[in-house]
Amino acid sequence: MKKNLNGKIALIVAVLLVCVYGILGVPAGVSGKALTEALTKRIHLGLDLRGGAHLILQVVVSEAVNAETDNAAQRIQQDLKTANLSFTQVYKPDAKSHPDAIRIDGVSAANANAVRSLLETKLSNEYDIGGGTESGFTVTMKMPVRQALEKKTVSQAIETIRDRVDTLGVSEPVIQEYGLGENQILVELPGIDDLDRVKSIIQSTARLEVHAVVGGPFQDEQAALASVGGTLPGDEVLVHGSGNLAAGSETDSIWVLQRVSVVAGSDFRSADPSTDQNGLRNVTFTLTNEAGDRFWEYTSANIGKSMAVVMSGRVKEVANIKGAIRDRGEIEGTFSPDEVMMLSKMLRTGALPASLEYLEDRTVGASLGGDSIRQGVTAAVVGVLVVMAFMLIYYRGAGINADLALFLNLVILLGFLGYSSATLTLPGIAGVILTIGMGVDSNVLIFERIREEIRAGKAASAAVDQGFAHAWITIVDTHVTTIVSAAFLFLFGTGPVKGFATTLTIGLLANLFTAVFVSRVIFDAHLNKMEPGEMVSI
Amino acid sequence: MGLRPRRREEIPVELFRSVNIDWLGKKWYFLCFSLIFSVAGIVSMGQHWASIGSPVPLGVDFRGGTEVQLQFVQTPDIGAIRQAVAAAGMKDAKIQPYGEAGAHQVLISLPEQKDETSLDAGRQQIVDALHAHYANPIVPTATKVDVVGPTVGKQLEKQALGATLLSLLGMLVYLWFRFQLIYGVAAVVAVFHDTLITIGFFALTNQEISLTVIAAILTLVGYSMNDTIVVFDRIRENLRLTRKETLPEVVNRSINQTLSRTVLTSGLTFLTVLSLFVFGGPVLRGFSFALVVGILIGTYSSIAVAAPMLVAWQEWRAQRGGGASVLPAAKRARV
Repeated sequence: MKKNLNGKIALIVAVLLVCVYGILGVPAGVSGKALTEALTKRIHLGLDLRGGAHLILQVVVSEAVNAETDNAAQRIQQDLKTANLSFTQVYKPDAKSHPDAIRIDGVSAANANAVRSLLETKLSNEYDIGGGTESGFTVTMKMPVRQALEKKTVSQAIETIRDRVDTLGVSEPVIQEYGLGENQILVELPGIDDLDRVKSIIQSTARLEVHAVVGGPFQDEQAALASVGGTLPGDEVLVHGSGNLAAGSETDSIWVLQRVSVVAGSDFRSADPSTDQNGLRNVTFTLTNEAGDRFWEYTSANIGKSMAVVMSGRVKEVANIKGAIRDRGEIEGTFSPDEVMMLSKMLRTGALPASLEYLEDRTVGASLGGDSIRQGVTAAVVGVLVVMAFMLIYYRGAGINADLALFLNLVILLGFLGYSSATLTLPGIAGVILTIGMGVDSNVLIFERIREEIRAGKAASAAVDQGFAHAWITIVDTHVTTIVSAAFLFLFGTGPVKGFATTLTIGLLANLFTAVFVSRVIFDAHLNKMEPGEMVSI
Repeated sequence: MGLRPRRREEIPVELFRSVNIDWLGKKWYFLCFSLIFSVAGIVSMGQHWASIGSPVPLGVDFRGGTEVQLQFVQTPDIGAIRQAVAAAGMKDAKIQPYGEAGAHQVLISLPEQKDETSLDAGRQQIVDALHAHYANPIVPTATKVDVVGPTVGKQLEKQALGATLLSLLGMLVYLWFRFQLIYGVAAVVAVFHDTLITIGFFALTNQEISLTVIAAILTLVGYSMNDTIVVFDRIRENLRLTRKETLPEVVNRSINQTLSRTVLTSGLTFLTVLSLFVFGGPVLRGFSFALVVGILIGTYSSIAVAAPMLVAWQEWRAQRGGGASVLPAAKRARV
């Protein structure tokens, strides 16, 4: 009984063409070189094959929380003073491990209610207010607010890093959140092998702030403390630095600065190197409107006093406030051309909202990547040839069947890689090789069953029928278990391991199609052509 | 329909045409064999634990630290490199040749830092030290650096462990669903046996376990399951059809019937993995070694561990309950 196979054959040919297009696109020509070019354009290669840098950064979100609560503490102080409610101090008892908690001490019993209602009016949206006894009040940031702040910090960090990495001109950088809720960022830069340059661009000015100078520069901490009467008030802080970007780091002086910054890095909208009327290099900058208002208030009230530009906890530059500045200003000093470029680039791309710590750092040189490609492809080709040869020898005519299915399996797998944004890594190539070995198992199962049926005396088409029917369940069972373990690998693995899980899974899924459907069609086509009583070559 | 003898060209090449080996009878030999390798592995792991604090040498992925792979223009002199590195103050650097012979490659490892603050300092120090004290220039495009801080190292360890355990659990559930619980348990015990022996081999040959090796182990978990399932499928089918045979007879027959397929598949997969081991380069060496060992042991365990366990369980139940040792045929296979 001849079957109508035209529809099925058309489907197989269509799949083949679609996948070949996925692999090669429309190649410029058919020469080896043109094909390789088309191939490498379509298939994304992982860092271990292309060469490049891989970084995992931890965003120190507690810094952002601290900055926010510092602000809140200052506002509380001002509000209490304005309302004439006395208190001893407003401070953060444990800024390191509890950046979200503020204490207000020394509120008299008479004022307690007034203080509480003041706090509640101003802060109850974002803070929980506790205490209210002789021991004082405790104001804690609400957990959802804190979590939202942390998330915002991480995404702002990602944006800033992306801006800065763009200036490097890397093609296809990957910058994204990493880890589940750990506030980590993954950065992958293909083709970069000078990691130091990358890191200095990404990280070096993690925190940029402008603080009001109370006193300084001093030679050492005793002199600085003496100037404020022995003990440092809660709203002031000692900061080291050179005070001059051009000076080396040997000059170390100490300033007493206001703890709360006047403006911070994220308030800068743009910054560019320029020269003033005397031809000296400087950096002209603009702030955001909201920051401009604050800056105007501050600079108008403090003309003649100094401001310090603090980067990464060190005073980099101290400038005199020459006039009230709203949102346009200049930073003057003796800058070298490089310094002025670096300073403006860092200001321009915004400052990171919090510091970054490096957790993991891997680089692969480009020629090593090329080696890996060569080795992986050699292993794959040898593996495929060995398997195909064996199938031909052991199963003869049916072996051709299996080899065709195997070839189509590979084409579908590579086509999928070409269409999707999945990256091919070296373990991914290993996954392809494994797919070949495991995939041919399906064919073996079917063929062995067919041989059994033939041994039992069945005719050709009945044997083929029975072979496929009985083997089908086992094929599904075996594929599902491997795909389950590959799925877990995909969920828990990192880059290269994910690549392995992807190729293995797709390869096995494609195998379900080729070993069962395509093999069957080829068998049926052959059976259609056979004489009755003739036996398949298997 | 008529019967006729097969013509000569139709007779296939076949191994294992009519095999009739008493597999279950040999189970004590199998047990000895498994025990020898398991114990050897465990002893080796114990030794490693005593000396380096972990049962197997761990790759930089898990133990953290800095690993720098450098290629030199001329043949590198390990002693000179060690002096150059020590001169820069790094006394605890581990230096060894790497890669293919003649590749002029060297692997330098520094132990892990306590925290993340100077994560990259080690790499910079090494490169500077070599620039200053060693005349052989480095090929910059052939450098590979891995710096893993303790936080990430611990995260990866947790992830690897989680993936392995969940994988095993997932398969147990799947097998329980398709067969019966005892089949699932027997298969998981076989897989556990395979994993133990494979990791034991890593301890015995002093090879590192990295993330890709864990990937290989998870794959061979799936593979060993495959193999066991094929035998179980056949046992289940034969149990449905037979009325007179005892359980051991059915199991033996099932193994013999599937032997041809088992050896072929394992053989073919083994050949492809061998190709990977020989040609795949040093980066995948640990991965392919795990698979080479794992495939051999995985095939062995389906016959030598999973099947006898099924029979032993049933006989134990029969002894307690007094009935004949017959396995329930489990769920009907959906055709």
